[in-house]
Amino acid sequence: MSEIKIHTKNLDLYYGDVYALKKVGMDIYRHNVTALIGPSGCGKSTYLKTLNRMNDTVAGVKITGDVFLDGEDVYGKGVDVTILRKKIGMVFQSPNPFPMSIYDNVTYGPRMHGVKKRIVLDEIVEKSLQDAAIWDEVKDRLKKPALSLSGGQQQRLCIARALATQPEVLLMDEPTSALDPISTTKIEELVSQLKRKYSIVIVTHNMQQAARISDYTAFFLLGELIENKKTQAIFSAPKDSRTEDYITGRFG
Amino acid sequence: MTDNISIIGSNKSKNAVEKSMNIIFFVCGLAAVVCVICMTVYMIISGWPAIAKIGVFRFLFGQVWSPENSEFGIFPMILASFIATFSAIFLALPVGVLVAVFLAKLTPKRVSAPFRTLIDLLAGIPSVVYGLLGAILIVPLIFKLQTAAGLPQGGSLLAAVIILVIMILPTIISVSETAIRAVPKQYEDASLALGSTKLQSIFRATVPAAKSGIVAGMVLGVGRAIGEAMAVMMVAGNAAIMPEFLKPVRLLTASIPIEWAYSSGLHREALYGIGLVLFIFIMIINISLNTVLKKGGELRG
Repeated sequence: MSEIKIHTKNLDLYYGDVYALKKVGMDIYRHNVTALIGPSGCGKSTYLKTLNRMNDTVAGVKITGDVFLDGEDVYGKGVDVTILRKKIGMVFQSPNPFPMSIYDNVTYGPRMHGVKKRIVLDEIVEKSLQDAAIWDEVKDRLKKPALSLSGGQQQRLCIARALATQPEVLLMDEPTSALDPISTTKIEELVSQLKRKYSIVIVTHNMQQAARISDYTAFFLLGELIENKKTQAIFSAPKDSRTEDYITGRFG
Repeated sequence: MTDNISIIGSNKSKNAVEKSMNIIFFVCGLAAVVCVICMTVYMIISGWPAIAKIGVFRFLFGQVWSPENSEFGIFPMILASFIATFSAIFLALPVGVLVAVFLAKLTPKRVSAPFRTLIDLLAGIPSVVYGLLGAILIVPLIFKLQTAAGLPQGGSLLAAVIILVIMILPTIISVSETAIRAVPKQYEDASLALGSTKLQSIFRATVPAAKSGIVAGMVLGVGRAIGEAMAVMMVAGNAAIMPEFLKPVRLLTASIPIEWAYSSGLHREALYGIGLVLFIFIMIINISLNTVLKKGGELRG
C-alpha cells in the first residue's frame, strides 16, 4: 500500500440545513489517481472542494471532522489557505482560462506567489505547458488570447496553469465533461502521466473513465461514502449492493 | 371525434395588422434617425458661417473672447472644458471603480442595496441643484486657497472639477458595477484555487475581465462632463481667460446660455459655432466609445 497523502475522517458538511457530506472517511494515496464516482448531488464534488477549502467561499457552509494533508490539519488554526491552495491545485468542470494571453494564464499563479523574474517565468511556462501536453500546440502563440483555443486545449491550459504553482495534489472536478471524445482521451492520457509526479483526485460521471485511469475508486451516494477500494476490486467485485447497482447502470 | 380543421384560411385581416404594425415601427425608428440627421445638418448650417467668417484658426485657437470688439477666440474655453473634464475623470475613475468593487464584491446585499439606491438618487439630481450646492459649499471652501495664492475670491476651475467629479461618479459607479457583476464567477474561483487572496482575485482577475465595461463607464462620464452647462456655470466664475485651477474659467457649454439672451449678429452666430464645436466633440467621444466596446468584444474571442 502506498503512502497516505490526504487523510479525512468523520467529515461532515452542511450547506445551511442540507446535510451534504455524512461522516466521510477516506485516504488519498500519494502518486495515485483516486476517482470519485456517484450520481449527481451525491457529494463527490463537495468532498473534492473540502480538500482545498474551496467550500469556504460558499455562504452558510459548516464543516466538521478532519482533513489532514501530509499530517497537517487543513482546517486547523493558523492555516494559510493560499499556501494550501498552492499545494493543492484544482481543475474545474468547464475550462475557465482567464481572458488574457496563454502566457499570462500560466504565469498567473506564480506571479501571485511573488515570482517576478522574466527568465524564471519563461521556464515555468514551458515546463507547465509541456507537462500538460499542450506545449507543441501553443509554443508559437503564447501571446495570443487563451480564449482563442479550442475547448480541449483550454482545459489542458487550465491544467498547465494549475501545475505552474508546483502543487503536490491535483483536484479535477469532472474535467472532461464539457469536452469531445478526442480531447477527453488526451486528458485521460495526461492524467496517467501526471500521477508520477502528483497525487490526483478526479471526480467523474463516466464510470469507464474511472475504470480506465484510476488506481482507487470511491463511490458516493447521498452524501455518504459507500465503498472505497482499488479500482479493479470495486468494478469486479463490489461489496455493497448499492455500488453494484450503480456501476452496472441500474440507477444514476 | 377528431375535428379536421383546415389549414387554409383567410389571412387578409392578419396580414393587414402585421403590415400596418410594421409601418408604425418603421416610422418610429425613422423619427429618431431623422432627428439626429436634422440636428447635424442644422448645427452645421447655423454654426459654420460664423466659423467661416471669423476663420477656423482664429475661432478655435484665438485666445481672446470679446464680442464687443469682434474678437471670437474660443481657445481658452476649449482648454478649460478639456482640463475640467479630464481632471474630473482622473479623480472620479479610481474612486468610482473602487466603490463599484466594494458594492459588487465586498458587501452583503443588505448593505449594498441601500448604497446603490442612494447612488442612483445622486444620478437623478438636477444639475442646477449641484450648481447651488457648489456655489454655497464648494466655492467658499476654495476662497482660502485663493487668498493664500493672492488671488481674488470667486468661482474657479477647481470648483468646477469638484462638482463634475460628484456628478459623474454615479455613472462610473453603476456602469462599472454592472460590468464587474457580469464577470463569470469562474474567473474568481480559478484565481482563488491558484492560491490568491480574495482581493488579489478581484483586482487581477475580475476587474481586468470587466475592463471594457469600465472604459464604457469612463467614456460616458467624459460625455456627461463635457456637456454639462448649468452646474459648472454656477461655480466656475465664467471669465473667458486661459484656465488655471484657482482662477475663474469659462467652459464651452456655459458660454451659450450666459450670452444667448443679449447676443445678436455675428456674436449670436459665434455661439452657434460653439454649439457645433461641442457637437463634434461629443460625436468623437461617442465614436471612440463604440470602437473601444467593439475591441473589448473581439479580445474575448
